Amino acid sequence: MSILRATSPHRTHHEIPARAGVGLKAPHYRTVLETRTDVGFFEVHAENYMGAGGPPHRYLTEIRARYPLSLHGVGLSIGADRPLDRNHLRRLAELIGRYEPGLFSEHLAWSSHGEHFFNDLLPVPYTRQTLHRVCEHIDQVQESLGRQMLLENPSTYVAFAESTFWEVDFIAEIARRTGCGLLLDVNNVYVACTNQHWDAARYIDEFPMAHVRQIHLAGHATDEDAQGRALLIDSHDRLVDGAVWDLYVRAIGTLGPVPTLIEWDQNLPPWGELHAEAQRAESILSGERQCEETLRAAAG
Amino acid sequence: MRPLAEVQQEFAAALRDPKLPIPRGCVAPDGSTDEKRFAVYRNNVASSLIDCLAESYPAVRRLIGEECFRETARVYAAQDLPRSPVMLDYGGGFPAFLEHFEPLAELAYLADVARLERAWLEAYHAAEAAPLDPTALARVPADRAGDLCLTLHPSVRIVCSPFPALSIWHMNIADAEVKPIDLEAGGEDALVARPEADVHVRTLPAGGAIFLTALAEGKPLATAAECASHSSPEFNLTDHLTSLLEAGLVIAGRLKRRRSRGH
Repeated sequence: MSILRATSPHRTHHEIPARAGVGLKAPHYRTVLETRTDVGFFEVHAENYMGAGGPPHRYLTEIRARYPLSLHGVGLSIGADRPLDRNHLRRLAELIGRYEPGLFSEHLAWSSHGEHFFNDLLPVPYTRQTLHRVCEHIDQVQESLGRQMLLENPSTYVAFAESTFWEVDFIAEIARRTGCGLLLDVNNVYVACTNQHWDAARYIDEFPMAHVRQIHLAGHATDEDAQGRALLIDSHDRLVDGAVWDLYVRAIGTLGPVPTLIEWDQNLPPWGELHAEAQRAESILSGERQCEETLRAAAG
Repeated sequence: MRPLAEVQQEFAAALRDPKLPIPRGCVAPDGSTDEKRFAVYRNNVASSLIDCLAESYPAVRRLIGEECFRETARVYAAQDLPRSPVMLDYGGGFPAFLEHFEPLAELAYLADVARLERAWLEAYHAAEAAPLDPTALARVPADRAGDLCLTLHPSVRIVCSPFPALSIWHMNIADAEVKPIDLEAGGEDALVARPEADVHVRTLPAGGAIFLTALAEGKPLATAAECASHSSPEFNLTDHLTSLLEAGLVIAGRLKRRRSRGH
């Protein structure tokens, strides 16, 4: 660890390529640096790098020098009715200035209320009132960070009786009004559709793909609600489910190749297993790319 | 339509208090209310906070066992929710909580082991700072050395315990071998710091904690040394200062202006 510097070395890549990336976790820092593993990009949770200094920053600085980076916020509470936390926005701006990530994303959810932070992504009712508030907050984020943000579709376990929009229409309207990009979390699509009894294929087919800049894939746990109906939990603690891979292929078929992240936050596997998941996504992406190229060549 | 603020107020209250009913309007696909669906959110909040504490306090966890730790952390988390989305700072009140947590009262040293772990975590995330070149101090005239005010590295933490808390901590990090410990053997003072990439933890000799605390408060060298000698006559200023400088834990020095006489 002593070779690590506390200052920034020169870095080259800013853009996130349309390849597979991996969520970077502390237990994998050394392996990533020592093996110089072939990964399209890394993504980190912004809040994990909001300490003043120390090993997290030293490792991220070294890794950022070698790989493109995307930044994923989990604490901005964009869906809360209350105003955004200006201190948190300032911390995000500092982090973006320091690491120059190719993409910055946050969630369609809330997590703060009063003086408390719940450390979970809580659901919002899909109403005109929420739409207005969320758009206001996204405008404020994009203005204060001076860049486009991506908004991620949520996993949900309850719905709100007062909702007047379908989730897909709600998200499309936010993108239209604010000009934000979208992060399509395909596992969240599958989890939400199973839990809410929506048609996942229709969700993918109707999603406003023109705004999608990134995809997330992750594993989920299986449970049942009190009535014995399937209840999936967005746990990020295992391999991506087969049904989610199928939906991913469907989405890529419409979207073409886009940066795709494997998220694994709990019960971390050895690096090799995580890398193999990324390679699976990578092969789907390159299959799509080859297909496009073949068709282009055949067209003369 | 209910205001969004009211919807979230009710949701937040029900998250905090499992005895409250499921918030109005939170429904399953058939429009019914379903305890287990809302329980996912309650459980996510609780388990994410417990997991965060478990990561921050691994030695306490090993000392009391996984199940007992999770129950203890659950009680703590219910009364001390995070106040910031920066979870790196969460759990600072856990050592003080343990000190007064009746079911674990027999383990009197537990709170001090937790204090050490908290100091370790704070040192780990502390700001970077370049050490002062020791030769700069050599240029201070001997008769002014006592007026030196030293700035310690921002990662420096001092943990004093009437128990052998440092030895207990050492035996309970990672897979260290556990041996019998004499709890009556006397207290231990620990210095925790991260001058470079790695956190170092070491025992402070007699007077060391008082000396460092005085320096951290901005007291000049002579005053800090006096405080230390007063409580520990065997305190050796040169030894302490040398080890502090060699460890890279002094980052700046300035001379305190003496009050001029006759004004």
